[in-house]
Amino acid sequence: MSHVVRTDGLTKDFATGFWRPRPHRGLDGLTLEIPAGGVFGLLGPNGAGKSTTLKLLLNLLRPTAGRAEILGYPPGDLRAHSRIGFLAENPVFYDYLTSEELLAYFAGLCGFSGAESRARATRTLDLVGIGADRRRPMRQYSKGMVQRVGLAQALIADAELVILDEPMSGLDPIGRKDVRDLIIKLRDEGRTIVFSSHILSDAELLCSSVGILAKGKLVASGSLTELTAGGARGWEVVASGVPDAFVARLSHRGVKTSRISEGRYTFELPVESSPEPFIAELAATGGQLVSVSGLRTTLEDVFMERVR
Amino acid sequence: MRRIGLVAWHVFKESVRDRVLYGIGAFALLLVAGAIAIGQLTAGQDVKIIKDLGLATIEIAGAVMTIFIGVGLVSREIERKSIFGLLAKPLPRWQFVIGKYFGLVLTIAVNVWMMALALWLVLAWVAWTSPESIRLSWSAPAVDPRLALVIAMITLELALLTAVALFFSTFSSSALVSVGLTVGVFVAGLLSTDLRHFGDMVVAPPLVLSLVAGIGWALPAFSEFDVKNQVVHGLPVPAGFVFHTVLYGVLYAVSVLGAAVFVFSRREFK
Repeated sequence: MSHVVRTDGLTKDFATGFWRPRPHRGLDGLTLEIPAGGVFGLLGPNGAGKSTTLKLLLNLLRPTAGRAEILGYPPGDLRAHSRIGFLAENPVFYDYLTSEELLAYFAGLCGFSGAESRARATRTLDLVGIGADRRRPMRQYSKGMVQRVGLAQALIADAELVILDEPMSGLDPIGRKDVRDLIIKLRDEGRTIVFSSHILSDAELLCSSVGILAKGKLVASGSLTELTAGGARGWEVVASGVPDAFVARLSHRGVKTSRISEGRYTFELPVESSPEPFIAELAATGGQLVSVSGLRTTLEDVFMERVR
Repeated sequence: MRRIGLVAWHVFKESVRDRVLYGIGAFALLLVAGAIAIGQLTAGQDVKIIKDLGLATIEIAGAVMTIFIGVGLVSREIERKSIFGLLAKPLPRWQFVIGKYFGLVLTIAVNVWMMALALWLVLAWVAWTSPESIRLSWSAPAVDPRLALVIAMITLELALLTAVALFFSTFSSSALVSVGLTVGVFVAGLLSTDLRHFGDMVVAPPLVLSLVAGIGWALPAFSEFDVKNQVVHGLPVPAGFVFHTVLYGVLYAVSVLGAAVFVFSRREFK
């Protein structure tokens, strides 16, 4: 199968208002294909329609118009659901169950026998790093631990398509790194991971392709390489001990200047100019070069350009 | 079927660990124990009073458990978002609803029968400590096996109430509204016989009488399951009546569950 998800004109309206409900378009004509294998990031600011899209794919919401297909089946088809793992945004589970019991329960729902369910529960909880706490009631868990349980339940049946709605939400830097590593591991095992996020640095580190949503509409999609094509967009020079007279001169030559601290500046040179003459000129005025690096189009640049 | 069993077992496990359940159970046991004290104040009537108060307490405590756990069965899953992970599994929605139902019925049944066991022990103690002359004056034996019939009917009544609570839980987004609706149906259902015969008691326009009687027939007749008086006073309970009441309860519960499945299968989760 070349694509795990296909949508065609997928649209969702929500009724808002109590007395006279009016439709609010949460998703507007989404046409998208997510290739099998790799990591796909569904990006966008809050309220862009990311969670709505995921819920439509899982039959938790029904489309107002358009159609969707997941693993070759319409949303809600149990043949697809047996091959999907899903983590909702900020999930809360059962206070009086242990994570081991919860995972064994979910494994049972996926069709595994009692012994196999328990073995899978232990293995998956070890994988997400909370194996030692598996016999504690979940009401004693921190938010980060609950998020890890959520990840574990999405992975309990070795799903070939793992859908994660804001998987880094509520995690500390170590937790975020662990989840990133886990996503990479799953990708390397040949699974497809679709995750929604508004944290672009995570997406840039993980995704092979992305779709960017804004106000319910798909404003960009494609591989990260395609989207950030265009390569270099200039040079960034950081220097210290720069005289004010030199800075004043540069402002007339179209060089973008940012002051970091007293005598310390960042200069952005256009792509067509070479940095060497600038560095020589800087040295002649008594300034010291700190660093010079090429500026490339980032996902953030693409995001800002399309979303604004 | 296995998935229904798993959901049911999980509901049972989660519910029996909930402290609210212990609270209600302890309160019920306290009331059963209190019945002994009240019984001792009324010479010769103690067994009847212990049975009356004990059975009424079991029924009320069971109803409170059913309503408070039942209305949260589905709505709490939605509130916690645990429903998203569950419905993403290969679990048909109807199996989820039916599993939840049987899980709560199992929880309630275990609690009701445990309270009944406590009542039996109290009655056995009273019988053991009472002189034979007093025992001969009782209209029914203290440790009456027919009390099991009363408990079975209470269990069936609560199984029907569970279906009602679950039905409201499938579409109401507020637990308070669900509690209100379920309590309303329960209380009105207890009065359903009176509503059906409203015309015999009140003079009103025919339209009003028909409307009230119609409501009486549509509501679940919870009062039909009450055989406490007959058993406590040693009166017969016809087998035909029991059969028809059981059949009524099962058919009504199946209908309400069908409606709950219908609503839940079409429900969206924002």
